[in-house]
Amino acid sequence: MQEGKLEKVKAICRQQGKEFEYAFLFDAFLEEQEQGITIDTARTFFSWKGRYYIIIDAPGHKEFLKNMISGAARAEGALLLIDALEGVKEQSKKHGYLLSLLGVRQFAVVVNKMDLVGYRQDVFDGIEKEYREFLGQFKAVPQQIIPVSAKLGDNIANRSEQMPWYSGPTVLDALSAFRKEPGRSEQPLRLPIQDVYKFDARRIITGRVTAGRVKVGDSLVFSPSNKRATVKSIEAFNIDPPPVEGQAGQSVGVTLDEQIFVERGEVASHQDELPLVSTAFRANVFWLGRKPLERGRRYQLRVATKEVDCEVATIHRIIDTMDLAQQQGSSVVNRNQVAELTIRAKTPVAFDLSASFESTGRFVLVDEYDIAGGGIVTELVHDDQEFLREEARQRDFAWVKGQVGVEDRAQQYGHRAAIVLVTGGRHTGKSFLARTIEARLVADGRHAYLLDGENLRRGLDADLSEGERGQAAEMARRYGEVARLLVDTGLIVVSTTNPFGMAYVEAAQVIRTLVHPVPVIAVHMSKTPEEAPPNTDIVLSGPADFDAATRRILEELKHRGVLAQAIGAKPVFQYSI
Amino acid sequence: MQHLRQLEDQSVYILREAYKHFDNMGMLWSMGKDSTVLLWLARKAFFGHVPFPLLHVDTSYKIPAMIEYRDRVAREWGLKLVVGQNKEALAAGMNHTLGRVNCCTALKTNGLKQLIEQKGYTGIILGVRADEEGTRAKERYFSPRDKHGDWDFRDQPPELWDQFKTTFPPGTHIRIHPLLDWTEINIWEYIKFENIPFIDLYLDKGDGTRYRSLGCAPCTTPIKSTAKSVDDIIEELRHTTVAERSGRAQDEGRGMELLRKDGYM
Repeated sequence: MQEGKLEKVKAICRQQGKEFEYAFLFDAFLEEQEQGITIDTARTFFSWKGRYYIIIDAPGHKEFLKNMISGAARAEGALLLIDALEGVKEQSKKHGYLLSLLGVRQFAVVVNKMDLVGYRQDVFDGIEKEYREFLGQFKAVPQQIIPVSAKLGDNIANRSEQMPWYSGPTVLDALSAFRKEPGRSEQPLRLPIQDVYKFDARRIITGRVTAGRVKVGDSLVFSPSNKRATVKSIEAFNIDPPPVEGQAGQSVGVTLDEQIFVERGEVASHQDELPLVSTAFRANVFWLGRKPLERGRRYQLRVATKEVDCEVATIHRIIDTMDLAQQQGSSVVNRNQVAELTIRAKTPVAFDLSASFESTGRFVLVDEYDIAGGGIVTELVHDDQEFLREEARQRDFAWVKGQVGVEDRAQQYGHRAAIVLVTGGRHTGKSFLARTIEARLVADGRHAYLLDGENLRRGLDADLSEGERGQAAEMARRYGEVARLLVDTGLIVVSTTNPFGMAYVEAAQVIRTLVHPVPVIAVHMSKTPEEAPPNTDIVLSGPADFDAATRRILEELKHRGVLAQAIGAKPVFQYSI
Repeated sequence: MQHLRQLEDQSVYILREAYKHFDNMGMLWSMGKDSTVLLWLARKAFFGHVPFPLLHVDTSYKIPAMIEYRDRVAREWGLKLVVGQNKEALAAGMNHTLGRVNCCTALKTNGLKQLIEQKGYTGIILGVRADEEGTRAKERYFSPRDKHGDWDFRDQPPELWDQFKTTFPPGTHIRIHPLLDWTEINIWEYIKFENIPFIDLYLDKGDGTRYRSLGCAPCTTPIKSTAKSVDDIIEELRHTTVAERSGRAQDEGRGMELLRKDGYM
């Protein structure tokens, strides 16, 4: 502590005519000291019986719930304070519920200010009973409930002589009974990819192991791209001999036996214990945003290292944390409320249920620039692409590869594979644009190919009856698998949804699922402004300017890392091919 | 040393998050023990490389040995060094006798702000630790600063689990604090554990004094100590009751709160 701080804080107390408490020392801001409330969390450190502790003092005030949550989310264990004089109040219930939502499973309840209720056992018993019943509703079980007087030191470090009726542990005993990260290394592997580096000859995939272990020689599957490779080495700086294993909690870097293209947001696991993949899940969410959470509004979803646009498809109910009563039919979730939602992401996300995996089972929502909410995944929501996604997964796992990998081809060709898919109604110029793009790409020395649906109809689909040909879903599936073959050859496939007529929205989705994770540049054309299919990258409406359209598409191909040497805005040595 | 490895894993994760999200970023290096450990952690995170510039806000009043040390390490480790200085204020004769907070504001806070503005940095990595002083105990790992570089500590954004504030409006920037959870002893234990080269001003060279915290020469005083090795320092710290920054004059009064709210490190 700074010299003289104790005296200074005591002086403020004298000035305001209140008794000094050690808690005031955490309140570093003048405003906090003058108002006698904690505004934001503070860290303080101590070690006891050979263990290091960081105490995060989290404010209880309703107004500062986001600060309480920021503090509590970092914790491995928690002490939840209840004022014996006030009993179990709304904030105690809210905090108990939020701790459980935040995944803080180890906690003890500390009933403070016992001196002010004459150290009476009946007061304590009443609080214990009421609170245990409340916590039991969501299966939270405190490790201890301890009666204390923090100011007088009863049951903090030493057993209180004032409460002979209490025989349980002191607060310090309870702290040392907390266990360190129980057993996450024994779970199946989850390694969300954080970044890919190529600072020197090594191409290093980095990330923090959130569960399980990764070892040299492990065969990894990356979800949702379904890419596979074997761990060649685990890289580290200034560690000799180099490690051969990384386990839960560690920030690691691995190199692979094969140059596959994987990117941030994918989750590496072993093949027999894959994460879930979908565009939708059900979740319990707490909302901290200044603006209410609205159905249909666009937010950024972050699950582990994946960042993707999403929207709230359904607000099932708002949960009143006071009595866990549920309120249905709301179209917004207000600040500091908890709700059950279905979230729908723009592209497939790899995740887990929070009951099975902590880190990959939780997420935050970003509104504009700030994290505005957080939550835990309770259920996978099946989407209409599920069967196709499974088809793609099985097909990719069994895919027989030659000696030439995707990266080798990219290096030879000077670009990556992609699909430019032009959607829209009839007579909007789709075919002409597709032909123009193909010609331009080839003229630029790229390897591009126009895939026209008509050619499939008369060849691959020639054995189908008229009725079978009328099934847009099956036709799109066949089309998607052909496109998948072509992009595997390293081509930029240029195509239209002409063969699907007005069913182009569904067809585009099917093609997307089957060629995943190859980038699809979706271009929508219309004569008059109309709503483009979801995930459209370029909207062209009005009289067609094919030159301008071509330029925009080439820009998009660069932006998506297909044509350029680099992906995104990062330095060129990353992802260099 | 499990505890040090955990601190390292968290700091490395933060550094990699920062590098992923900020295209134009720099790391402040004061050549002191904390930012030198931070520099080492960057080499850990990026496998021996430091893929962003090291920034030094030079007040011109630093202890000369610090500048020699800076240039030597930068050369040996192949660092890109960017030195900023508030030349206008120096030309106008700014020094600590005009008031310590005034001097720190002009030469450090404003020197840093000028550097950020000139180079357009959107992310600045700093080695501040929560146990140094009260306002730093309340920092986030990713802490936004507004257009004027000011810190709105009354309304900090939520920071949940391993998700940080990495998006921000144009014109503002983010301060990144990978060392928040480290204590002074952790720093020295890690220096020992990893055998990190550090500046010898922290050691007693026979006159019974050493620096415990390094700053500008006029405002930093050595402490009485006979610690001649890292082991001695760790032993000394285990028993001390004196604050780390007791030799730093700018901490007097509410100095640090005033300075930090306006964008001081």
